[in-house]
Formats: sequence, structure tokens, C-alpha cells
Amino acid sequence: MRKVLFAAIAALFCVAGSTAVLAEDPLKVGFVYIGPVGDHGWTYQHNEGRLAVEQAFGDKVQTTFVEFVPEGQDAERVIRQLAVDGHNLIFTTSFGYMNPTIKVAKNFPDVRFEHCSGYKRADNVSTYLARFYEGRYVIGRIAGAVTKSNTVGYIASFPIPEVVRGINAFTLGLRSVNPDAKVKVVWVSTWFDPGKEGDAAKALIDQGADILVQHTDSPAPLQVAEERGVHAFGQASDMAAFGPNAHLSAIVNNWGPYYVARTQAVMDGTWESGDVWDGIADDMIVMAEFNPNSLPADVIADAEATVEGIRSGAIHPFAGPIMDQEGNEVVAAGENLSDGDLLGMGYYVMGVDGSIPN
Amino acid sequence: MRIKLVPRQTHSKVMTWMTPVMALVLSLLSGTVMFSLLGYPPLESLYAFFISPISDLYGLSELFIKATPLAIIAVGLAMGFRANVWNIGAEGQFTIGALTGSALVIYFPESDNVLMLPAMLILGVAGGMAWASIPAFLKTRFNTNEILTSLLLVYVAILILSTLVHGPWKDPAGYNFPESVIFQDVATLPIIVPGTRLHFGAIFALLVVATGWVLFSRTLAGFQVRVSGLAPHAARYTGVRSDRMVWYVLLGAGGLAGLAGIIEVAGPIGQVQPLISPGYGFAAIIVAFLGRLHPLGILFASLVLALSYLGGEFVQIKLGLPLGIAGVFQGMLLFFLLSCDVLINYRVEFRRPGTKSSASSA
Repeated sequence: MRKVLFAAIAALFCVAGSTAVLAEDPLKVGFVYIGPVGDHGWTYQHNEGRLAVEQAFGDKVQTTFVEFVPEGQDAERVIRQLAVDGHNLIFTTSFGYMNPTIKVAKNFPDVRFEHCSGYKRADNVSTYLARFYEGRYVIGRIAGAVTKSNTVGYIASFPIPEVVRGINAFTLGLRSVNPDAKVKVVWVSTWFDPGKEGDAAKALIDQGADILVQHTDSPAPLQVAEERGVHAFGQASDMAAFGPNAHLSAIVNNWGPYYVARTQAVMDGTWESGDVWDGIADDMIVMAEFNPNSLPADVIADAEATVEGIRSGAIHPFAGPIMDQEGNEVVAAGENLSDGDLLGMGYYVMGVDGSIPN
Repeated sequence: MRIKLVPRQTHSKVMTWMTPVMALVLSLLSGTVMFSLLGYPPLESLYAFFISPISDLYGLSELFIKATPLAIIAVGLAMGFRANVWNIGAEGQFTIGALTGSALVIYFPESDNVLMLPAMLILGVAGGMAWASIPAFLKTRFNTNEILTSLLLVYVAILILSTLVHGPWKDPAGYNFPESVIFQDVATLPIIVPGTRLHFGAIFALLVVATGWVLFSRTLAGFQVRVSGLAPHAARYTGVRSDRMVWYVLLGAGGLAGLAGIIEVAGPIGQVQPLISPGYGFAAIIVAFLGRLHPLGILFASLVLALSYLGGEFVQIKLGLPLGIAGVFQGMLLFFLLSCDVLINYRVEFRRPGTKSSASSA
């Protein structure tokens, strides 16, 4: 009898102890990555965001990531496992995770999910994306001022609206300072393939491009530009280390502030499902240093003014008049293209060579 | 003292069963060393790798889901490998099978005909066979090396998938993103364990293994395949036509890879998207050899490889191990499993310098 009593008391203490621990348990935040954290592009930046969360909350959070998760059937298993393992907030950071995220979210109503770049939402699934095109407009203006051959080479991944929008924003920036310049696009059908990206870079330089822009994730084009003595812009993260002379600037995806804010919201119990599309004004897009060794002071000043203009709302990259390739006016003077039109963009503006593959 | 591998007169029955155990022990030991050296708790890491993924019903069901395409493809490949036909292009046959099967959904997205799924499966098999018939034709007609042709056709197949999913097969309501519509119910494999994702494809995998086993060890065709691999000249004298053998094994392997492809899209994925296989066609080559080219062995091997994928995720989630380390451990496991098999046909002899080996003195 005494033994039983003793056991009961011990058990009571255990329960009390574990609830005490529970109260101080860190909030678990999970991340699912499409690439390796060392890709120096897309995934690298999401991981920087994760580190920002750790930095902001210290031992009040515990973060977990799973890298290189294929977009096939595996994604659903990984997302679900993170939920089962007690993660309260899960960021899934590639478009192909959209349907798996929605499926898992249905079975875990108490877990919050954040899907990057998708369009399907639920009560516990938010979506978020950055207005990368704002940065593209800024580098377009730099390119327009710097190009001598008036030809810019653009290495593009897949003809989805995101990429087409980037090409157009860049071209509008380019021609706002240099109406004679044009953009040659090469589609490489990959997000990350240093070999292919490097080959495309060489081909574009051979066709007369003296500036390269990329919408793929490896630093290979930048390295080619450095070798061949032309200029280029980094993608997703500051890639200056890969081409110190070639690198003019880069559009940096800065997820940290958003990840910190959403984690805080879960802690405060104020998290709500929504759709965020932030840009320069909210620091979700940041420009890497404008290279002082390769850019004249007046070009840097103009780039900084453009950034400030976009921040304040004085400059909208898609302000009318905008002509498509055939010269039809798609946006009238005095008007801005709406977010809805931007999200479904499927045509080139004037100044882009060639046509969108389909 | 020298250590020498000496060929055995016959296969060692004991070693046939012992080598997987030895490989496991070696993996556990070297895993313990590696994890401790890197500063991760070795026992917890090994537990997370081998046990956690399958510690509940859901985990087990995921193991079977992951192993299903591997087993189906590997049984087909093993037939070919036994006959000395080296089909490296199962990944392409898988992809084309997935596409031909899915075409029905793309063109009849509203259909609720119950024959939809059977028709898709048949089309998937046909697509895989058609894709494998190209290397078969080139091999039998021009004596082209099937290793190269089947491998290169993988890249063609993936480009076809990419073109379709970025173009005509896009979901019209999908904001131009490269994904097809989500398959309707009659085009989706039924779930066999409620509350999990375990789908009817797992049953197909078991059927394929069983059929492969019977075909292989109990029929004349299976015998001919084995003989033409082991002794091509002898096979020809006994009336086995090597051309016909090439066709049989390539069509068989292609059909099975195609079946695995349509099962994957009509099962756990549920739509056509730019990536439908994280390399099953290539991993199945490992599975085939890990299973010693025998259907039953392949069944176990597919489960082992599937577990190593799941384990790789679990050590990331539970202990924060980087994927690279999980990959190294997975590599060690496979290395030990394959390399220990050498002891089935060879024995290790320890010799002092100067003493003659027992084999040469006999």
C-alpha cells in the first residue's frame, strides 16, 4: 500500500513537473526547403530568415529545417511529420509545396502554416511572397546607365508569371533611362544548374550582351561575367564574393522581418491567415551594396533615389504608359498596373527580344 | 600476414543470410563513430534513423508508399540485368508512363467513369513499354548500346514532361503555374488504410513481386532469361533467340516502370507537376542489386532504401542533423550491404608470408 501511495505521489510530481516544463517549452518553428541551405540563393535566404527568428527569440523558440525536399509525394510526409513533432508554425518555401501544405493543414487545425508563393489559403494557411519586381526595376535603371552595347542578357528559368514580371520590370527600368537598350532572354528550364546557367551566360555575352541578369539561383553567370569582363547582378542574395568586379548589386530576399513577425504573432495568439506581398517598403526586398568600384557616383545616387521612390510610393515600376511588344498600350498614362494583372502576367513589354515559350 | 579473398567452390548458404546482418552491424558501428565524432548523440541518431520513422502505423504506411515504386521498377530491371540487358532508363519509362496514363485526366477532367483508373493504368504500362521499345529496337536492329540510349531517353522524357506541364497541360485555373488539375476521385487510387496515404499501388507492388518470383523461378521464360545472361552462346544453341530476349526484358521493365509512374501520379501526388520522381528509376537500380536480382530480395531492399530516405528526414527533424550527414550515413549503409555480399562467393583467408595457400596446394 505504501508503495502504491509512493508511486502515486511520484507520478503526481512528474505530471506537475512536466506541465511546468510545458509552460516554458519553446515555440517550435519548422521550415521546409527545396534546395540545400548552401545554395547561396533562394534557400540560403530562407535559412537566413530562420536564423533571424532564432536571433530574435533566443531560447523561446526552437527551429527545425528539412532541406532538399522534392516537390513530389515526399513533401506531404515531411510537412506532416513536422506537425506531428509539435511544430506550431511551419514555413513551406517552394511553390510545389502548395497542395501538400493545404492537405496537411486540414488535419492539423491548431498548427499554423505559411506557404511561400502559392495562391491557396485556409484558416490556418497563409501565403506570402516578395515584390521582387521592385528590385528588378532598380537594377534595370542601373543597367540602362551602364550598358555600352545597349544589349542586356537575361537568364530566365521557367515562363511563369513571376519570371515574366521580373523581365518586364527590369526592361521598364532599363528603358526609362536608355530607350535604345533591349533585352535578350535565354530560358534554361531550371532554377539551379550552374553548368547550364554558365553556358547561357557565355552565349549571351557572345551575342553582344555586356550586362547579365539572372532569374536562376546559382552564382555561375556572375562568375562567367567576372571572367569575361562584363557586369552582372546577383540573384536572391548578395553574390559579390563570386565576382567582385562584375557584381553591380543584387536583389536580396530578406525574409527575416516577416518570419520574426509571424512567430511573434503565434506567441501572442494574434496569428491570422492572410496573404502578404511585401516589397522594398517593408524591407522584404533589400538591395545589396551598389558596387562603388564599378559604378559611377551619379548612377549610385540614381539607384538610391529609385529605391527611396519605390519605398515612398512615388515610383511604381509598372506605371503607365506601358506598351507591349507589338506597341499596343497595355497601361494608360497616369495609371498603374493592378496587383491582379501583375500576378497573372503573361506577355512581354516593348524592349524584350523574342517571345515567351509555350 | 596477408589477407586474401579466395573464391568459394559454391555459394555459401550461411553467408547468404549472414551478410545483411554483418552489414547492419558495420553500419551501426561506423554510424556510432561518425555521429559521436560530429557531436551528435549516436544512439538517439541511430534510433531516429532506423526506428522512429516506422514506430507507428502512419510511419509504416509511408514506408510502403515510398517503397512501392522502387520495388515495381526494380523487379523489371532485375529481369533485364539477369539477361545482361542494361536498361538504365527506367526513370524515363516511369515519366512517360505517368504522362500517357495522366493524359486521360487532362483530356477528360470531368469524367466520372469508373473505368477511368483501369484505363489509366493500362495506358501507363503501354507508355513505359513504348518508351523502352526505342532502345530495344536500336539494340536489336543496329546493336546500339542500350545503356546509352535508355539513359539519354530519360532526359528526353523529362523535357516532354516539362513542356507539357508548362504548356498545354497547365491547370486553366492555376494562375499560369506549372501544375495540372488535381485528379478527380475516379482517377485516384483508393486508399487502403483509412487515415493514411497508403494506396492501392502497394498491392500492385506485392503482386508484381509475387508474379516476378513465379516467372523467374518456375517458368521456362524465366529460365531462358537467366541462361541467356549467364551463357549467351549456350542459350543460342538451345534455341533461345537473343533478339527476342532483349525485346522481352526491355518491354517488361519499361511496362513496370510505366506502371510505377502512373501509380505515383494517380496515388500520392494526385496531379501532374514538373517533378514527379525524385530519381526512383535510378534508385531502383540500387534496389535491384541490393535485392540480388531476386524479387523477394528486391522487396526487402526497397523497404531498406525507403527507410533510409525516411530516416534521413527524421534525423533532420528530431536532431537537426544536416542532410549531408544523413546522406553519408545512407551511403555507408548501402556500401556495407553491397560489399559484404562478396563473402557469399569468396572467403577471406589469413596467410603468413611464405606459406602456400590451401587452394594451390590442393
